Amino acid sequence: MTAVLSTHGLIARYGDFQALYGVDTELHAGEAVALIGANGAGKSTFLRSIMGLLPVGREMVLLDGEPIGGTATDRMVQKGIAIVPEGRRLFTGMSVEDNLRVAIDQAARFGAKGGWTLTRLQKLFPILAEKARAPVQSLSGGQQQMVAIGRALLCQPRVLLCDEISLGLAPKVIREIYAALPEIRAAGTAMIVVEQDVGLAQSASDRLYCMLEGRVTLTGKSGDVTREQIGKAYFGAGHAVV
Amino acid sequence: MQWFDALVQGILLGGMYAQYALGMALMFGVMRIVNISHGDLVILLSLIGISMATAWGLAPVSVLIILVPLAVLMGWVLQKLVLNRVVGSDPLPSLIATFGLSIALQNLMLQIWSANSRSLPGHGIESQSIEIGGIYIGLLPLIVLAVATGLTWGVDLMLKHTRFGRALRAASSDVEAAAMTGINPRAVYALATAVAVGILGFAAVFQSLRSTVAPADGPAQLIYAFEAVIIGGMGAVWGAFLGSMVLGISQAIGFRIDPGFGVLAGHIVFLIVLATRPQGLFGKAST
Repeated sequence: MTAVLSTHGLIARYGDFQALYGVDTELHAGEAVALIGANGAGKSTFLRSIMGLLPVGREMVLLDGEPIGGTATDRMVQKGIAIVPEGRRLFTGMSVEDNLRVAIDQAARFGAKGGWTLTRLQKLFPILAEKARAPVQSLSGGQQQMVAIGRALLCQPRVLLCDEISLGLAPKVIREIYAALPEIRAAGTAMIVVEQDVGLAQSASDRLYCMLEGRVTLTGKSGDVTREQIGKAYFGAGHAVV
Repeated sequence: MQWFDALVQGILLGGMYAQYALGMALMFGVMRIVNISHGDLVILLSLIGISMATAWGLAPVSVLIILVPLAVLMGWVLQKLVLNRVVGSDPLPSLIATFGLSIALQNLMLQIWSANSRSLPGHGIESQSIEIGGIYIGLLPLIVLAVATGLTWGVDLMLKHTRFGRALRAASSDVEAAAMTGINPRAVYALATAVAVGILGFAAVFQSLRSTVAPADGPAQLIYAFEAVIIGGMGAVWGAFLGSMVLGISQAIGFRIDPGFGVLAGHIVFLIVLATRPQGLFGKAST
């Protein structure tokens, strides 16, 4: 079984500062993979590198076996990778519906095929229908996160990257958002979920990778890895999970 | 009556400024590109139009039909070759690049057309007027105002309801997030600048019909466009239109007070707005 998306010795730097030191990962069709790690471990950098937002080598990122590393971000979306960015990054000053329409427009422009429609999305997150005309900045954090997820899905991705979608949200809202993930997976979309909450990451994924200081320190089936193993990989050897 | 006449003439003058300001509202107000060569492009297009009219004996309408597509092409090339290299969150690189372009264009025009003032022969249209209740309204200024209204309306609809308009608003709000949604910001910006400079094609024809143009006239037009956009409020195309009206009316009233005070009156109103309501009369305070 070949991977939909894989990285091979992925290296990324911000100027002189090296943030990723040869990261190898694989994502199979329909799979959900969690990426955990402390702040500054390189999780967001990893997702940004895949999206072409940081300069990386061509052979370092493969989509269906084809080298695509460093391709322009809009071309990445066209190839079927979408991201729910950290901090949501919605288009302020535009309505909820217009935010979503931007994605619909672009998907139509490059003829992307997929099952996501505005109606289906509004069924998944009813608030998107209720607040369709509202300016996006007037929504609560959780509602904005739903818009961000919706916008990414309307790009009709085969691979969805989610960057800390629970950050700064109330536990009830986090549950609501994570409850939507199974339906997204059922549509055949493979996912990489970056998550701070280890328990949440384990329950929402098939496999997980743990990162520390720009390297993968642990990988395994989400159900199999123990708290102890994660603790070691998360903080480095010699520490325990509190 | 004298003051009512000033008001009417001010609105008509505002129509001319609205044509300069609309392109500026798109580039500066929406894309945040500071284009110092804005006025020089109007003058360049005007001089090209005048040369075409005299060489081939074209009527103003024919000049307009040729000049607008030429302006669109010019805008697209400008964005592709120059502005796409300097666009970003920092307005300074675009300011410097277009400042250089402005000087280069002025000198190029001086070389080709000399420093003489010229105007576009309008075959009488520029001197026709209609009398309504004792006030004379020039036919040409009335056409200018109507065209400005139509263009503003068109651009506003385009921004609100088309795929391109949404993509442009998205890219202006957050370039990186726009790319993450599949938008190619450079392609969108190239098209937007093409539209903005295309509008200057209209402004060029009307400017050279209603008065004279010379290679050094650009910076004055630039100032009026900037002032109108800032008075009206960034990012709102109708704001730029109304800002142009405020500027036109201020100048017309200023001219009635003292013929030397007109242009200054416009600048004073601009400064008062900038000091008391920096987000513009119709803009929202930035958050």
